[in-house]
Amino acid sequence: MSTASDTVAWLTDGAHWQGVDGVPHRLVEHLAISGLAVGVAALIALPIAVTLGHLARGGSLAVNLSNASRAVPTFGLLILFAVTPIGFGNRAAVVALTLFAIPPLLTNAYIGVRDVDREVREAASGMGMTGGQLLRRVELPLALPLIAAGLRTAAVQVVATATLAAYVGGGGLGRFIADGFGQADPAMTTAGGVLVAALALVVEVSLAGLQRRLTPGPKRQRVLPGLDPSLAGPSA
Amino acid sequence: MAVDEAPNPWISWSYLQDNSDAILAATRQHVTLTAISVGLGLLLAVPLALLAKRSRRLESLILGLAGVIYTIPSLALFAVLAPITGLTEKTVVIGLTAYTLLVLVRNVLTGLQGVPDEVVEAARGMGLGPVRLLLTVELPLAAPAILAGVRIATVSTIALVTVGAVVSNGGLGQLIFEGFNNNFYRAEILTATLLCVLLAAVADALLLAVEWAITPWRRR
Repeated sequence: MSTASDTVAWLTDGAHWQGVDGVPHRLVEHLAISGLAVGVAALIALPIAVTLGHLARGGSLAVNLSNASRAVPTFGLLILFAVTPIGFGNRAAVVALTLFAIPPLLTNAYIGVRDVDREVREAASGMGMTGGQLLRRVELPLALPLIAAGLRTAAVQVVATATLAAYVGGGGLGRFIADGFGQADPAMTTAGGVLVAALALVVEVSLAGLQRRLTPGPKRQRVLPGLDPSLAGPSA
Repeated sequence: MAVDEAPNPWISWSYLQDNSDAILAATRQHVTLTAISVGLGLLLAVPLALLAKRSRRLESLILGLAGVIYTIPSLALFAVLAPITGLTEKTVVIGLTAYTLLVLVRNVLTGLQGVPDEVVEAARGMGLGPVRLLLTVELPLAAPAILAGVRIATVSTIALVTVGAVVSNGGLGQLIFEGFNNNFYRAEILTATLLCVLLAAVADALLLAVEWAITPWRRR
């Protein structure tokens, strides 16, 4: 395929690795948009999830939120935000991505804290721990693997979706895809696709590694990409 | 953005009336693309799940590959496919079918693994061959898990079809994109986005009804 060799030529051309339009700068933009979105989402979602999980309340809210969010097209929401006062560009992208990162973070952290063994909880209270101590010293550490699972799902999803930012005038690696389509330059489009796919896989693999490290031995199942408890489906 | 000079409402009946044909056509494409992608995904998922059932290694391999595909962003996949398959519905269907595989294979597999051994043995004892065993015993018993997967796959696919707009075949996503390029035509963008969510809700409810209808033994 000539597209394949053109793509390799595009990717190995030094000119495409320099300056504001170069791959490194677009990569930094991509990571900045994604990191900001995941960070803000975690600041919003984790305290709510941990509190609700500790009180074992609001379970259907957490699960339904995650199911319902699947039905909302990110593309539509992103463009909706872009035509509101939030404005064109990276800002609309960060707001839309933050909203989409909340459900996996919230659901996983909630389930993680709520499903801490009853006996473990009782033992801790029996030792005289207060609610706050129970949360900090028992529930949070035990919920850490699932919190990490939620972080991984959210981060991979955000890195993937941040690609769309280019379509509302934002930056990131999606620029190569959007501009490639816009200028009918298949090599640039494909190169952009390859770069974004590679980034998503790198983020997935590294966060899966983190998740494994945070999961104690006996519970350490094979961590498969894309498999997330919050994805388990309505009847599971 | 500067303050709008011409009125640009979020909700507009005149938009709906004047563009009902275009809205219907986009909705039809949206439904067709979703149905074909999930249908093809299911057709592929059943043999893949049967293969995965044979050994743990095959299971890891198949689910692992499906997981890798699932991780690739849809826009990136469309970008890589477009130079080969063009700005066509085919590009969108290939991508979306590939995305359904993870959830569908996993749920078909879970469903098949949940069929009790005694039931399979009894059916074999009655003289059922492998094909009839699969079609008349195993798949029906696995139906609840399979349909749970189909529901997730359908709802996510409906949301993802919109991204097909970048290869000019995004169903309602086409209207969203058009509204954006058309001086931020708010009514068009909001209508199309809401229709997407509505479509997902309707599809989910229909599939729930199907699940109820084909699993009479689960009703109480």
